[in-house]
Amino acid sequence: MKALYTWSSVLAVVLASVSGDVLLSHAMKKIGDLGELRRRRGVLTVIGRVLSTRAFLLGLGCMAIAFYSLLFALSWNDVSLVGPAAASLTFVGNAFAARIFLRENVDRRRWMAAFFVAGGVLLLAV
Amino acid sequence: MNLRKYLVLGGVTIFSAIGDTLLSRGMKQVGSLSLGHVFQVLLTILNPWVALGILFLLAFFACYMTALSWADLTYVLPATSLGYVLLAVIAKYQLHEQITTARWLGILLITMGVGFVAGGPELTHHHVHRPTGDSRATPDPHPHATIEDIRETVSTRTGS
Repeated sequence: MKALYTWSSVLAVVLASVSGDVLLSHAMKKIGDLGELRRRRGVLTVIGRVLSTRAFLLGLGCMAIAFYSLLFALSWNDVSLVGPAAASLTFVGNAFAARIFLRENVDRRRWMAAFFVAGGVLLLAV
Repeated sequence: MNLRKYLVLGGVTIFSAIGDTLLSRGMKQVGSLSLGHVFQVLLTILNPWVALGILFLLAFFACYMTALSWADLTYVLPATSLGYVLLAVIAKYQLHEQITTARWLGILLITMGVGFVAGGPELTHHHVHRPTGDSRATPDPHPHATIEDIRETVSTRTGS
């Protein structure tokens, strides 16, 4: 039962994280460079513009789900298993999602990076 | 990439590693959670370690949002994965854990992954900036062009 709870929580973390990352990335690209915007209009404008973007709020909701799912997973198993397992699956999931939903040009270099990092994170759990 | 952008990526890496470590410590004190006790789940944020971890994760979030505003998701994530290496270093020197050969190999793989993306462009296609709220989709004339390609095209057209 412990394994079932752990892996269900990890799956929830991965799904929520990937959805959240894609939505947040979409929202930030839509707003533009936050550093430039802050220099031109000030911090309050940046905060207002970010908080009024629907994709950001949806992404934030997904991240909240991912956070509480992570807390559940951490309460059922060690961080040395839960952290790397969720992170490595999220890396690969994000590469696929960014290509499909954000139309990013995920070239061979970025695929290699995603798989190297995912593999490396898994080895850290050994 | 300028110094400010490197600092933002460094902030993502460091704040995330420290935040995760603090959360882990807090959750060890809180103990196992169950779906039947929603209030118990919500009250976990009152634990000082969890609360401090959340503060660091908020700082991580601010840096992460800034990075995503000028770089691709598939660039930011691997580029900031050195946080896992930092976690291993904290485990070795702060918690006196043994770093096995497999873990050193993992650290090597992550570093290589970071090297792969760090050498490439941070943005691979042109994003048209438009005021917030205007979500009308317009076709991207350069769906796979890098920002360098676009700059080169512009400078060729303007003759500069």
